[in-house]
Amino acid sequence: MLLIRCFEDKVHEAFQKNLVFGTTHLCQGQEAVSAGALECLRDDDMLTYTYRGHGQVIARGMDPEDAFAEIFGRDSGCSRGLGGSMHLADLSLGLLGSFAIVGAGLPVAVGAAISAQLNERGQVAMTFFGDGSTNIGTFHESMNLAAVWKLPIVFICENNLYGEYSPILLTTPFEDLAKRAIAYDMPSDIVDGNDVVAVYEAVLRATDRARAGGGPTFVECKTYRQRGHSRSDPAKYRPDDELESWLKRDPIARCEAVLKTLDGFDASGIERIKLSVENLIDEAFESAASAPWPEVRDLSFAALRQD
Amino acid sequence: MSYREAIVAAQRDALRSDDRVFLMGEDIGLAGGPFKTTDGLQEEFGPSRVRDTPISEQAFVGAAMGMALTGYRPIVELMFSDFMGVCFDQIVNSIAKHRFMQGGTLELPLVIRAIGGGGVRFGAQHSQTGEGWLLPVPGLKVYSSASPNEAYNLLLAAVYDPNPVVVIEHKLLFSRKGPVERLAGEPPLVDGPKQLRVGKDITIVASLGMVERIEAASSELEQTGISAELFDLRAIRPFEPKLIVESVQKTKRLLVVEENHSLGGWGGELVAVVARQALNDLATPPERITLPDWPMPYSPALEDAAMPSVDAIVTRARVMVEGRRS
Ligand SMILES: Cc1ncc(C[n+]2csc(CCOP(=O)(O)OP(=O)(O)O)c2C)c(N)n1
Ligand SMILES: [Mg+2]
Repeated sequence: MLLIRCFEDKVHEAFQKNLVFGTTHLCQGQEAVSAGALECLRDDDMLTYTYRGHGQVIARGMDPEDAFAEIFGRDSGCSRGLGGSMHLADLSLGLLGSFAIVGAGLPVAVGAAISAQLNERGQVAMTFFGDGSTNIGTFHESMNLAAVWKLPIVFICENNLYGEYSPILLTTPFEDLAKRAIAYDMPSDIVDGNDVVAVYEAVLRATDRARAGGGPTFVECKTYRQRGHSRSDPAKYRPDDELESWLKRDPIARCEAVLKTLDGFDASGIERIKLSVENLIDEAFESAASAPWPEVRDLSFAALRQD
Repeated sequence: MSYREAIVAAQRDALRSDDRVFLMGEDIGLAGGPFKTTDGLQEEFGPSRVRDTPISEQAFVGAAMGMALTGYRPIVELMFSDFMGVCFDQIVNSIAKHRFMQGGTLELPLVIRAIGGGGVRFGAQHSQTGEGWLLPVPGLKVYSSASPNEAYNLLLAAVYDPNPVVVIEHKLLFSRKGPVERLAGEPPLVDGPKQLRVGKDITIVASLGMVERIEAASSELEQTGISAELFDLRAIRPFEPKLIVESVQKTKRLLVVEENHSLGGWGGELVAVVARQALNDLATPPERITLPDWPMPYSPALEDAAMPSVDAIVTRARVMVEGRRS
């Protein structure tokens, strides 16, 4: 969680230094979802996610330097500077792809789950998406397909209460999106998405079920994005105090508070972790920021394999 | 008036003058549009006529067709042209073919506003114009707005058209300023390309965001003694090349600049028409400057290299004109 927070704060800083181009979508406040859910995955599991996917990518273990370099448009980026902030991926880590079209990642994860079902290695597919994404067709088609074919997949809905600038109830008939799963006869769970242990426990039940042949699960994580939708959004549309009340439920602070209640808690240990995370991110940032630009050349090879 | 203001003004005028006009799209109401292209409209006309939709392009684009069949004149906004991919079935199989399949008897007065184009580092899935996707689809009108005046008038013409019209707008142009002609009462007519500049040495045609680039290029060309005749294509469908063919017969040279891939861009058809109707007038083969045959890269220098540049236009035009002189 600290790594993700520190990474996103740095991306924000980088934006102000003109190192990030176009747009970027940050996930501060939602770290517990990525950290808790990805803890349940094996190395050979697979996932898809969205433009707001830096958290998943970092939690999955992408080197922050490769991620920064991509966001900064450098040749050493995970996609050689061709993808950008909305498209961080690495097939070798099971990071199948980051989709900037809402809903596009779900069917792809369904496909990965079909592969997993066929190859019988006990792999699981996972897909992350927002509350707003449950209103698009691919969501419903993917849920149905996963349910009828009993696919080993976990649908993780990060319900952060907004799709862009629209509060959820403007576009969706109810706030508890887990209700969607009932229509597909799919088991579901609603968890406090700012409680990393709660996320972990719920998702672990889901991945266990999937690996045991029990089919898909829908896990709704109630959370909140502490920043605007994208870099150009000051998030003025939020009611007064909403942000404050969610800041009180900040996933990192809460986790720290829980740790403090444990026997043998070592406060200096936390400080050491924070420091080392900051150093690691600072170093990754500096190297990425001074990494070479991609050469301007024929890019057909990237569109299609030529040989 | 800015291009963005012109888009708002056209919709405001349409909403004011015709109760059947209705707006829907993502974040167009409360927020005034992700690009502020519907700013203030919900305040003025209320949330019933200016509606925020869920992220459900198939449903609201399909619903626009249902409204058009039953007495309304919906305008829907697609925040990015790229999202036409999501509702392509509604556009090409339902909206474009319905009148034909009903024997040509009905009207479908709907407008899809799609905001397209590259140059702002939004990457491969948020930078396409969408012009090429719609090129082979009979049953649609497709307009591309290159200036505030066109943004206003093409959009109003589309609203009053009894046919479905996709109006493509370019996100690079939002702050572009220019005069806007507002005809009182009568809806504007769109008849083919618009001549922007008279010249004698070469005809240069562009659409959308490339129009301001050929304008900039023509000023540079002027300094080297080359006089370019410029056209804004405006309507991709119906495709009306007559004026351009006549221009090429005069200048004997054609350069097409478009923000589409070469294969599947409208310039291919334009060159074909010119070859058929004006081959013997040509002093040099027609040329095209297009996007390269790969998706839009994110990294700035790569994106800049992909977009047709003023420099590239000037250089190509000079070779076409001076090549013969020397
Ligand atoms: C098909 C499609 N329509 C619209 C958009 C524009 N858009 C990008 S993010 C977004 C909101 C998504 O909300 P949600 O699913 O809740 O995810 P969040 O951004 O809150 O993480 C919208 C409308 C898009 N990218 N794709
Ligand atoms: Mg959301």
